[in-house]
Amino acid sequence: MLNTIASAGRRVLPNQWDLIAFAAIMAVLTAIAQSYHGISAPLPAANQPVISLDYSNLPYYALRTALRMFAALFFSLVFTFTYATLAAKSRRWEMVLIPVLDILQSVPILGFLSFTVTFFLGLFPGNTVGAELAAIFAIFTSQAWNMAFAFYQSLRTVPRDLEEVARGLRLTGWQKFWQLEAPFAMPGLIWNTMMSMSGGWFFVVASEAITVGNTTITLPGVGSYIAKANDEGNWSAIGAAVLTMAIVILLYDQLLFRPIVAWADKFRVELTEGQEVSTSWVLNILQRTNWIRTGFRPIAAGLRSISLLPIRLPRILPAAKEENLESSRVLDAIWILLILAVAVWAAWLTIQYIATGVSWDEVGHVFVLTVYTLIRVFLLIVLASVIWVPISVWIGLRPRWAEAIQPIAQFLAAFPVNLLFGAAVSLVLAYNLNPNIWLSFLIIFGTQWYIVFNVIGGAAAFPNDLEEAAENFHIRGWRWWWQVILPGVLPFYVTGAITASGGSWNASIVAELVKWKDHTVVAQGVGSYIAENTDKGDFPKIVLGVAMMSIFVTVFNRLFWRQLYAYSERRLRL
Amino acid sequence: MLDPATTTLLNVDKVSQTYSTGSGESRKPVLEDVSMSLRTGEIVALLGRSGCGKSTLLRIIAGLQHPSEGTVTISGKPVTGPAEDVAMVFQSFALFPWLDVLDNVEIGPRANGVPAGETRERALKAIDTIGLDGFESAYPKELSGGMRQRVGFARALVMQPKILLMDEPFSALDVLTAETLRTDLLDLWQEGRMPIKSILMVTHNIEEAVLMADRILVLSSNPGRIASEIPVTLPQPRDRLDPPFRALVDQIYALMTQRPTKPAVREAAAVGLALSLPTVSTNSLAGMLEEISAPPYNGKADLPHLADSLGFEIDDLFPLGETLQLLKLADFEEADIKLTPLGKRFVDMDVDQRKKLIGEQALANIPLASHIKRVLDERPSHRAPASRFREELEDYMSEDYADRTLRTVINLGRYGELFAYDEDAQTFSYENPE
Repeated sequence: MLNTIASAGRRVLPNQWDLIAFAAIMAVLTAIAQSYHGISAPLPAANQPVISLDYSNLPYYALRTALRMFAALFFSLVFTFTYATLAAKSRRWEMVLIPVLDILQSVPILGFLSFTVTFFLGLFPGNTVGAELAAIFAIFTSQAWNMAFAFYQSLRTVPRDLEEVARGLRLTGWQKFWQLEAPFAMPGLIWNTMMSMSGGWFFVVASEAITVGNTTITLPGVGSYIAKANDEGNWSAIGAAVLTMAIVILLYDQLLFRPIVAWADKFRVELTEGQEVSTSWVLNILQRTNWIRTGFRPIAAGLRSISLLPIRLPRILPAAKEENLESSRVLDAIWILLILAVAVWAAWLTIQYIATGVSWDEVGHVFVLTVYTLIRVFLLIVLASVIWVPISVWIGLRPRWAEAIQPIAQFLAAFPVNLLFGAAVSLVLAYNLNPNIWLSFLIIFGTQWYIVFNVIGGAAAFPNDLEEAAENFHIRGWRWWWQVILPGVLPFYVTGAITASGGSWNASIVAELVKWKDHTVVAQGVGSYIAENTDKGDFPKIVLGVAMMSIFVTVFNRLFWRQLYAYSERRLRL
Repeated sequence: MLDPATTTLLNVDKVSQTYSTGSGESRKPVLEDVSMSLRTGEIVALLGRSGCGKSTLLRIIAGLQHPSEGTVTISGKPVTGPAEDVAMVFQSFALFPWLDVLDNVEIGPRANGVPAGETRERALKAIDTIGLDGFESAYPKELSGGMRQRVGFARALVMQPKILLMDEPFSALDVLTAETLRTDLLDLWQEGRMPIKSILMVTHNIEEAVLMADRILVLSSNPGRIASEIPVTLPQPRDRLDPPFRALVDQIYALMTQRPTKPAVREAAAVGLALSLPTVSTNSLAGMLEEISAPPYNGKADLPHLADSLGFEIDDLFPLGETLQLLKLADFEEADIKLTPLGKRFVDMDVDQRKKLIGEQALANIPLASHIKRVLDERPSHRAPASRFREELEDYMSEDYADRTLRTVINLGRYGELFAYDEDAQTFSYENPE
């Protein structure tokens, strides 16, 4: 199954490793905040490019935005290949790396944008390279964890017989990685990359124009264009940007991902022909055009030779088998103690830092705010489910409709709706609506589509004979919904809802505080708390807000979503 | 001087392999004190039932696993890692789906530093030998099972090994394809067209072993030991219908049903919870009894014949037969299986009577079944979690076996209406839905 959440199958309850990982992550972010605290007030104002709302600039901006995505993708791949491989190959590293990854997935990195911007600007003072890197890093954080998890999981499930072949043929670590492990992991990795990409568009747009304290950084791109259009309340510019973004996403999909997904079909291990074969017109052109093939051949041969170089990878830690069991246990103990020490120190650092600018009352206040956001996210997922599940089931059971609508839903999930937040807020202002209620809908705006296309997929995959059996035995109405179709699509629904829920938490940071012209509309919640303090440049409060949100997300995921996921996988996967 | 034709290529000396049980404390042997050798120019078959450790032994020989004790030497050199002079053919073919046939065959030499030109030459030759000409650019998914396994052979041959190891190479193929491939392989072997000196194959198919091997080593189960060694002197090509061939097959059937199981069954009560059960369905138990009872068998069936007519391998046949034996509904006699008087009565019963009989027999003969019932009786709530019994079983056997045994007892218990089992709660009880 490619369309499952890579990490969701993992154990359910938080344990000591999660706490350690959590402490370590927060400490790293704190350390960054602390060391760049000094320069955070007057950020080195680079020669800022001026964003112009002239339409003719849009293609250039779109190109810049797309290139940022590309760079992030590259770094995510490098990270995936190293981090996940290390975790899969070394038991001791695995103990640390995997919980860290797991927590990182729940940390709303958008809340840390201010830190990363400060950090990267500090690296390249007076230069936009820093801001570029910060934007790329933000996209990276929306993709890398998920990709690394998918890759790690694949590495752990390499079929035993293929593994034995590789060892029997005495492939070195390098050869084995490129001949067996990487190809085997390819379909899962590509699928997850494509899905993560959807989140990436959201991040790139959010990170192109950001204000930390007194400094506003703008990078040439569609995101900045929209930010400026929002400031001016220029509707036609917003329309043009939306169109541009749609075209960019469409091109990315058609020119990059479809061909790669279709190509990656050959890496699937199930040796049966048929199933759903992905097709791509671009790939067909590439593969069927003679001169392109001829041109690619030496490159392919060269890469193959490189992949077959007899490089022995350094062994990070000796394999457990050859080790003396006793000494191995002692080493384990030392290792665990070391990790514990680092974690305790990290937690101490974080708490101390937060304590410099925050009182206990503040902690209580943030807790209450996070509960507000939790309620908001939860209710909206429920609302979206009630509305979309029946509609999606209806569509999914009609193949023609499903075929037409599923790609649209997938596209909508990728579309960075934060482009439209300003415009949406103008409505709240115009009709004088309660922001605490009406801003909430923005949270689910972009993420509800994950539920839609997953449930459509599930209903489309619902076995025909079960459908016919239900009809034959006259199972109708409520009974049909509760006992036939809902259990049938639950695994798919849960996959979609987990993604939607994660995305919604992140979205709350930009959706609970929205600006339109010179108005600012705020909804009570931890998202607006983080956003407000980012504007002020109040770092201890940001750390507190993000830490609180991360704890809530992690616990909510473990206690609710993963239980549901485990249940549906165990009982309802057909 | 030794005659080169009888040089010992491979020597396995007192090899044992253990695995640790759930608690990690006690260690159960999979293989115990196995010694064997392989000489130049012979085909040896390791014959045994699933779970007897024969594949483990093959992997130890290939250097893919380290034995807990004992040594393996190939051409006098001890095996410490993946061995150089051996190549393996896998039951599942184990081809890289993303490489085409030629690349699959070439990957071994290329990875071991053979220059591209020479690799190509050797690969094409191996592909030609094994009859894959014209398929060089095909991907494994485009090929039928038989062609895939030919790629598996070509990939092994191109390494120019001294010993070819085969792990049930024909068992994933349909009957006709398997026969063609066996014949082709034997022809190549007879004509000396393969660059190998001897073949060691693992199989659970008795006829296959008799058809191909010069020597058969029968492995007993739990723990795996070499129970007997049977030389096969019939001239090649062998004919399955030849009376001496049939006699040898019968002899091996008798050997395999008697030796390991009879004493085990007699001790069943004494063995107690350590008795591991195979996966069997009550429907196939009933079906088997009916089959044996009906003509042409009339209550007593020749095992090879029965296996043949049902299209069963011994791994299908033996678990059923043994469970029937355990329930005292049938008995093994040489290479035959015979219904007991109780088994004959079973055949004439209606469904309710059959359920009752199976329930009674399970309770009387399977210690775990009576144990579960006793625990349920003793507890005031009449409920007991499955984990409790699973843990008890894991003191005696691996997790997989414990799980399988528990499943089978649940299945028999449900059929015999001894107790109910709630899968969601993983709990035994007496409660059935009203």
